[in-house]
Amino acid sequence: MRLPTFRGGVHPPEKKELSQDSHLSVLPLPERVYVFLANHAGVPAKPLVNIGDRVKTGQLIAEAGGFISANLHSPLTGEVKEIAKYYHPTLSKPDDAIVIEKSGKDEWELLDPAKPYDQFEPEEIVQRIKDAGIVGLGGAMFPTNVKLSPPKEKKIDLLVLNGAECEPYLTIDYRYMLERSEGLVRGILAIMRALKVNNAVIGIEDNKQKAIERMEEAVRSTPIQVKRLKTKYPQGAEKQLIFALTKRKVPSGGLPLDVGVVVDNMGTAFAVYEAVELGHPLVERGVTLTGEGIKKPINVVSRIGVMANELIEYAGGAQESVERIVFGGPMMGITVPKIDVPTVKGTSGITLLVKSDPLEDFPCIRCGKCAAVCPMNLQPFLLNLYGTNRLYDKQVENGLLDCIECGSCSYACPANIDLVKNFKLNKKVYRSLKGGAKK
Amino acid sequence: MKLSMMAAPHLRSEDSVRKIMLDVLIALAPAAIWAVVSFGLKALVLILVCTAGAEALDFFVMRFVRQKKNFKPDLSGSVTGLLLALNLSVAVEWWQALIGVFVAIVIAKAVFGGLGKNFFNPALVGRVFLLISFPVQMTTWLSPFDMQTTATPMAILKQGALRVFSLQEMFLGTIPGSLGEVSALLLLLGFGWLLLRKRVSPFIPIAYVGTVVIMAAIFNGVNPGFGSPLYHVFGGGLMLGALFMATDMVTSPMSIKGHVIFGVGCGAVTMIIRLFGGYPEGVSFAILVMNAFVPLIDMGTKPRIFGKPKKVKSNA
Repeated sequence: MRLPTFRGGVHPPEKKELSQDSHLSVLPLPERVYVFLANHAGVPAKPLVNIGDRVKTGQLIAEAGGFISANLHSPLTGEVKEIAKYYHPTLSKPDDAIVIEKSGKDEWELLDPAKPYDQFEPEEIVQRIKDAGIVGLGGAMFPTNVKLSPPKEKKIDLLVLNGAECEPYLTIDYRYMLERSEGLVRGILAIMRALKVNNAVIGIEDNKQKAIERMEEAVRSTPIQVKRLKTKYPQGAEKQLIFALTKRKVPSGGLPLDVGVVVDNMGTAFAVYEAVELGHPLVERGVTLTGEGIKKPINVVSRIGVMANELIEYAGGAQESVERIVFGGPMMGITVPKIDVPTVKGTSGITLLVKSDPLEDFPCIRCGKCAAVCPMNLQPFLLNLYGTNRLYDKQVENGLLDCIECGSCSYACPANIDLVKNFKLNKKVYRSLKGGAKK
Repeated sequence: MKLSMMAAPHLRSEDSVRKIMLDVLIALAPAAIWAVVSFGLKALVLILVCTAGAEALDFFVMRFVRQKKNFKPDLSGSVTGLLLALNLSVAVEWWQALIGVFVAIVIAKAVFGGLGKNFFNPALVGRVFLLISFPVQMTTWLSPFDMQTTATPMAILKQGALRVFSLQEMFLGTIPGSLGEVSALLLLLGFGWLLLRKRVSPFIPIAYVGTVVIMAAIFNGVNPGFGSPLYHVFGGGLMLGALFMATDMVTSPMSIKGHVIFGVGCGAVTMIIRLFGGYPEGVSFAILVMNAFVPLIDMGTKPRIFGKPKKVKSNA
């Protein structure tokens, strides 16, 4: 039988074998953590603590600064040392962070009350998710409570859980599905209750056979379904995932809620479970430390804001030959210029890549590979031609803003043209040229 | 530890333009070897002169005229050169072939901006230039092995039968014709290699050959003198043209729909020339004519973007 999937895509080396069999371990508490005020998409949080304040683990240290924003909680018990600029791994520039130094025992301040999800009203679950500062842990860090409060006119009938983990190398969702399946299911049921939907489906790529089996077992006697998907990148991209599972097409420029769907990452579902049933605010998450550049690839649960070098040390240290440290996976991840960069809520993995032979550049020979692999059915060669000639309006007419920046085109291009990099820049230029003008 | 900042994706496929070109050369090898076997040493000389000459000239132009300091030969010149050689009669002299190479590489390719920028298939431009410049050698055909001057199957059709070739002869390649066009079998074998390596889409050849078959069937039904469909498919340059010239990535459309339109156009023009034109053969002209329509075809056959409604109102 042909497995559900989408049109286009690529199949890079999976490299899951590096870390997939490493059981979840817990990083010993770090001495210091660096909690960015911009730990989510949207407006940065507003600090509620001063230098010198003593804080407990889970204590609110900064509150949401607007509608699209999120609360921050202290990942450690200790003292606020400073609020200063540190290099931000996804903004790729120094940004404000609250620095907390550990002292004494790890004492938690929990959210009250913590009880089974079905004893909460739907609105209370959304409120709890907001209180706990939960954002999309797949990487986009969009505040989850906002996602779970769709406008009234949008009827949501399905919750989709992204268990595809289509990025090569990363295995953290896989390990959570194997080792935290009960919590995941509780979290999914809680989100279903919050959304008032009766259907949920977990999409998992068929290269994760054990996870499929484990989750199938865990969802027994619940309305949640598990669906096997073809292993292909970017299977976990929102629009492609929804299409593969439901054949619904999110309209161009639209959101999943336009087709009655909300998509959440597996890590997010687990965070929801912890917040609702255990009363834990979001202060820790699972991270895959992987790549040929790391001595002992691992999957590790660690407090948010820990420096990458501490995680790397814990994973046996880096190889001499490391050339790139990537926050995230190799297809969409972002390089950082140094080893001491703190993690954020969206850091699902840190991939250390070793030097590879540089690829030769050629002119475009119109081979059409980029168009064949584009999951959005765009024509990257054409967009790039317009981009080189600074015809940004033409680019937008031809779907520049539909580009999901998955990088399949760049991956496939035999001329080694930096297609997706150019498109990201072109989008920025187009938006800045448009200025405040409504789109 | 020295860290690099690089743009995603951090993984790239190992594919390269040079590897694509190498696959095309491999795909053409059986036909080229058969040319040497059946037409002798002269064929070998022509193939070597064209292939090496084109690659060298391409390198010279890129490195010294366009001053690309880091230019390394990408084998695209060799592909053009080999295709040109396979489109020549064995009666052509080596220096004439070199003129064709010059036209192909410099006038049809470099002047437009080099690899990827040309509108017309360079090898075909070179061939047509030679056809006009040296009509005698370009249309003097020798039969394989015994090297007697004779007429090609297509010319026979035009001038009235001297000798009709059997389908088997035409399929296997024991007929007079251009160096590389005679054996449909070996060309198909080579094309199979390109398909296996996912280098080409089969839609251009299918549409091209399909159109020829349908048109030939219709006209053959009206007047048997027009030749049977299979005679048209295997008797001339159609297989070489449809499989290797019309499928040139640079000068063919991008989408599957575009491939079909392009292939049908090539087939129709080929048959119009063959049936009603002054030339016995129309493949080269047909492909060049359709090359000119590629930008238009591309504009009209853009794929629908994921999530866009079916009917897009164009405000262009």
